[in-house]
Amino acid sequence: MAKVDWPAADKRTLIGKRIDRIDGPLKATGAAKYSYDINRPGMLWARAVTSPYAHAEVTSIDTRAAEALPGVKGVWRDTEKEVRYAGEIVAAVAAETEEIAQEAATRIRVQYKPLPHQVVDDDPKFFDAAKDKLNKREEGNVDDAFAKADKVVEGEYGIPVIAHCCLESHGQVTEMRDGELHVWPSTQNVSRYSDQLGGAVGVDQNKIHVECQYMGGGFGSKFNSDKWGTIGALLSKQTGRPVKLLLERDIELMTAGNRPSAYARIKVGAQKDGTLTAVEADIWGTGGNGGYNPPPVPYVFKVPNTRLTAKGIRTNRGGQRAWRAPSHPQGCFLTMSALADTAAALKMDELEFFLKNVSLTDRAEVYTEELKIAADLIDYKRKAHPRGDPTPGPVKRGLGMSIHTWGGMGHPSECDVTISPDGSVEARLGSQDLGTGTRTVIDIVVAETLGLPLHAVKVQIGKSDYPASGGSGGSTTVGGVSASSRLAATAALNALFETIASKLDTAADNLEAVRGEIRQSDKPENKMSWKEACALLGVNAITKRGSNNPGESQKMHLMDGGVGGAQIADVSVDIETGIVTINEMVAAQDCGLVIDLKTAESQVYGALIMGITYALFEEAVYDVKTGRMLNADMEFYRLAGIKDVGNLKVHMMTGKGYDERGVVGLGEPPVISPGAAIANAVANALGVRVPQLPLTPDRVIAVLQKGGNLA
Amino acid sequence: MKSFEYAAPKTLKEAAALLSDKWGETEILAGGTDLVTSLKQHITEPKRVVSLRNISEIKGIEIEKKDVRIGAMTTLAELAEDKNIKEHFPSLVTAAIGVGSPQLMSVGTVGGDLCQRPRCWYYRNGFGLFAKHEGASLVREGENRYHAIFSNDGSALFVNPSSFGPALIALGATIAVSGPKGKTRKVPAEKFFQTPKTESDRETSLKPNEILTSIFIPIKGLRNATYEVRHRHGLDWPYVTASVAFQIKAGTASDARVVLGHVAPVPWHSAGASKGLNGAKVDAASAAKCGEAAAQGAKPLSKNGYKVQLVKAAVKRAVLAAAA
Ligand SMILES: Cc1cc2nc3c(=O)[nH]c(=O)nc-3n(C[C@H](O)[C@H](O)[C@H](O)COP(=O)(O)OP(=O)(O)OC[C@H]3O[C@@H](n4cnc5c(N)ncnc54)[C@H](O)[C@@H]3O)c2cc1C
Repeated sequence: MAKVDWPAADKRTLIGKRIDRIDGPLKATGAAKYSYDINRPGMLWARAVTSPYAHAEVTSIDTRAAEALPGVKGVWRDTEKEVRYAGEIVAAVAAETEEIAQEAATRIRVQYKPLPHQVVDDDPKFFDAAKDKLNKREEGNVDDAFAKADKVVEGEYGIPVIAHCCLESHGQVTEMRDGELHVWPSTQNVSRYSDQLGGAVGVDQNKIHVECQYMGGGFGSKFNSDKWGTIGALLSKQTGRPVKLLLERDIELMTAGNRPSAYARIKVGAQKDGTLTAVEADIWGTGGNGGYNPPPVPYVFKVPNTRLTAKGIRTNRGGQRAWRAPSHPQGCFLTMSALADTAAALKMDELEFFLKNVSLTDRAEVYTEELKIAADLIDYKRKAHPRGDPTPGPVKRGLGMSIHTWGGMGHPSECDVTISPDGSVEARLGSQDLGTGTRTVIDIVVAETLGLPLHAVKVQIGKSDYPASGGSGGSTTVGGVSASSRLAATAALNALFETIASKLDTAADNLEAVRGEIRQSDKPENKMSWKEACALLGVNAITKRGSNNPGESQKMHLMDGGVGGAQIADVSVDIETGIVTINEMVAAQDCGLVIDLKTAESQVYGALIMGITYALFEEAVYDVKTGRMLNADMEFYRLAGIKDVGNLKVHMMTGKGYDERGVVGLGEPPVISPGAAIANAVANALGVRVPQLPLTPDRVIAVLQKGGNLA
Repeated sequence: MKSFEYAAPKTLKEAAALLSDKWGETEILAGGTDLVTSLKQHITEPKRVVSLRNISEIKGIEIEKKDVRIGAMTTLAELAEDKNIKEHFPSLVTAAIGVGSPQLMSVGTVGGDLCQRPRCWYYRNGFGLFAKHEGASLVREGENRYHAIFSNDGSALFVNPSSFGPALIALGATIAVSGPKGKTRKVPAEKFFQTPKTESDRETSLKPNEILTSIFIPIKGLRNATYEVRHRHGLDWPYVTASVAFQIKAGTASDARVVLGHVAPVPWHSAGASKGLNGAKVDAASAAKCGEAAAQGAKPLSKNGYKVQLVKAAVKRAVLAAAA
C-alpha cells in the first residue's frame, strides 16, 4: 500500500528539485488567456464612472445622454447615496465597443453635493488628541523596565498607504446563458468567488460557474466578486449579452485595495549587552474608509515589557484590503527600525544584536541559522561597519537586516485524482494559480506519488465546478493543495494496487509505483508497466478524492504552519542627491518541505522585488484639499524595474529540521522584511535614520540637512 | 477620448493649413506618447488631429554647413544612436538615453519632446494648467514635491518636462518653425520656451498653426554634458537635470552655459552660474561653486526644498563630466 507520508529525500524524483513551471511556455508565448483576453460571442464592453469627490452625496445620476448614444446597450446606476472616496464607482455603461463605452461613460451626468472630507493619515495630532481614550495593550511592567534599562532609545517611523497595483487589474467577463451565470474573473478565490455574487444578482450559487486559469497578481485584493463583479453580472442580465468589465488602472489604484499606513513613536529599553527589556509604541495610521488593525509591535521579538497604544484614522480613501502578509510589513518595519537604532545607540554590531535577541523569538535556532547564512551570502564580515560609512566621497554604503515570521498553514482543499484505463491521469481541484506555480506543484505531487513523469498528469484547476479548494490568501495554497492532491493520488494508487495485486500474485500492501512501473516492494522484478496495470481496470476509471483537513494533515506532517526568514540589504546612498540604490539583497527563508525549489526561489525573488519597490518608490499620494489621489497611474505610482533591484540572492532552508515538517506556505513571509532591511541599511550608510518609507531623495536630503551630514 | 477628425498630410504647407489658429481646436500628432494620453484623459479635446508622420522632410539627422540639423520627427532612439550626435553632443545622448524606455524612445520624437505638455499631476488630473481651485493654487498648498523652485511666483508652478530643452539651450541651438503658407522662422532655443500667462496658453512660443520642423545645433567644439538626478531607471523623470556647455581654452572655461531642467516652467538658463564659470579653471572646486551659483535665487515651495540641493549636485557633476 502506498503511504501518504512524504517520501524520504533519497526516494524523491521530483519533489524538491528545480522544476520549470509547466505553464511557463504558455505565458511566455501569450497562449495563456487572462480575464482580459476572454472574448465571448456578442460581448459588450463596460466602463465604470467614478466619483471625483472624496466625500459627497449623489443627488442624481442621469444616463439619458449615454443611452441615446448608438451602440449603448445597458447602464447601471448605484442606489447608494453617499460616496466616501474619490474613485468610488457610481455608475457604469455597457456598449458594443470599448470606444463607445468610453464615450458613453463621459455622457453620464452625476450630480453631487460635496461633503467635508479628510485624507490626511500621518499627522500625530490625530493620535495625541485621542490618546487618553485609547486602549493600551500592556504586558509586564513597562515603566519599571524603562527605569532599569541601561539605554532607552526613542524614534519615529512611518510607512505610508500603498496600493496592490496588480499588473492585471481587477475585473471579469460575465455571461448569463440559459439562466446560468458564467464568470471569468481575475480572482484568488475560484471556489468561493460567488459567495456574495449570487445574492447580489439573484442567481443561485449552484448556477454560477467561475473560471480563472491564469491571473496576474492579487496580493490579497482579489477574494470577492466586488462591486464590479455585481455590475458586470447585472449588465449581462439586463442586456442578455456577455459583458467585459476590467478596471482601468486609475480606478484600480483608487478603489481596489489599500495597504494601511502605520506611523509610530517607539521607545526601546535595553541592557548594556544588548538584551531587549521594554518596548513602548504609539501607533496611528489609516485603513481608508474601513477599520484599522494596528500592526504587531514589537514584531517577532517577544520583549517582556511592552505597551502598545494605537489609533486608526478614518479617511476618505479607498478601503483597506489584505496586502501580502497583512500588518506584518508595517509591524516589521517599525520594530526592526527601532531595534537597529537601539543597536546603534549601544554601539553594537547589528548582526550581533539580532543574534543576541533571537532567544526572544519562537524560532531562535532557525533565525540564528538564517542570519548566519544571509551574512555569509552578503559577505557581512568584510562589508560591515558601524553607523556612518567613513569612506570619503558622496556615495555611502551600508548593510541592514531584518527578520520576519508567518503562519502559512494549508487551507482546506479537495482534490479528485482519476486514473483511466489508458494510463492517463488527471487531477481536478477548484484551486487557482496566481502565477506562483500552484499548477506545477500539484503536477509534481501527483506525478511523484504515482511514480510517473510530470507530463503524465493533466492538472485541471481554476473552475468552481471542480472540488472546492481554499482561496489563495495567507500563504495557505501550497500546503492545502499539496496535501489534498497527495491524499487523492495515494488513494487512487491504492485502489489501483487492489485491482492488480492478484495479477502480480501478491497483496496490494506489497506494491509500490516507481518510475512508470508497479512492482513488488521486496521483489522489484515482479512488476508490470503503469500502462499494463491501468489496462486491467477494464472500463472503470478510478477516481478518488483527497480532502485536506488541516489539523489532521498537520499531525501526519503533510503540512505545517509557522516559518522564519532573515534578510540583509546592501545599499548605496548618494548623499548629494539622496538617491538610494540597492546593490544586493539576500534572503534566507524556510517553508518546510519544498515541493519545487525553482518556483519557491522565484516566490522569494518576487517578494524581494516587491519589497524593494515599497521601500524605495511606492506611496499613494493624496491631495488634501480635493481629496483626490494624484498618482493613480503607473507614472508616479512607481514600481521597481529590473535595473532598480540590484543583485538578489535567495537561500531556501531545506533538509533536516525543515523537510520533516511537511509543506508550509511561502507567499507572504519574504515580502515582510525588505522595507526594514533596506531602511536599516540606509541608516547604516548615512549614520542617521531616514524615518519614513519610501526612501526617496526628498526624505533622504531632508534628514541629511537636519543632521548636518550633507556633503 | 472624444472623436476627432484625423489628417496625415504629406507637406508642411498642407499641415499648417489644417491647423486652427486657436489652441485646442486642433492638435499636432508626432509619436503620440504624450498627446494620446492627453486625448484619452480629456485633457485636450481637439476637433482635428494633424499627424506629421507622412512629412518626410522633417525626419532624420544630417550635417548642414556648420550645424547638425535634427528633423523634428526624428525619434529619440535614432538621436541616441546617431554618430554625429554621439561625436559632438554627448549631452543630448544622455538626455535621450535617460528617457530609458524602449517604447518611448522608439516612437517619441525630438519635436514631441520639446513640445510635450507638463506632467504636473494636478494638470493631468484635470485641474487645469494652473491648478486653481476656489481661487487658490492647489499646487502651492498641496503636493508640490516635483514642482518649480525657480520662476514660481506666478500662476505656473509646473516644470517644463523636456530633457532636451536644457541641452539644446546650452548648446546654443536654433529652432526652425513652419507656419501658414509655408512661412518659416527661426528662434533661439532659449526663446522657444515660455511661461504661459493664461490657462489656454502653451509652454512654447509656437503659434497654434505653426510646426516645429528642425533643430540646428552649431558645431563649435563645445564641451558638453547632461547630468540627471534620477531614481527609478526606466520610465521615469529626472528630479533635476543640468546641461552644460563650454569651451576650454588654455585651461579655463569660456562661452559657458548652464541650463537646468525640471526646476521651472521653462528650461532654466542660470545666467549667474554661466557667468561664474567663464574664466575659471574647471576643477572640483569651481564645479561645486558653479553648482552653488546655479542654486542661487531658488524659492522652493512647501515640499520641494530638496531640489535646491539636487541642483547643486547636478550642475557640479555636469560640469565635471563635460570637462572630463
Ligand atoms: C513615464 C514617462 C517618462 C518620461 N520621461 C521623460 C524624460 O525623462 N525626459 C523627457 O524629455 N521626456 C520624458 N518623457 C516624455 C517623452 O519623451 C515624450 O512623451 C516624447 O518625447 C513626446 O514625443 P512624441 O513624438 O510622442 O510627442 P506627441 O505625443 O506626439 O506630442 C507631444 C506634444 O507636442 C506637440 N508636437 C509634437 N511634435 C510637434 C511639432 N513638430 N511641432 C509642434 N508641436 C508638436 C503635440 O501637439 C503634443 O502637444 C517621458 C514620458 C513618460 C510617459
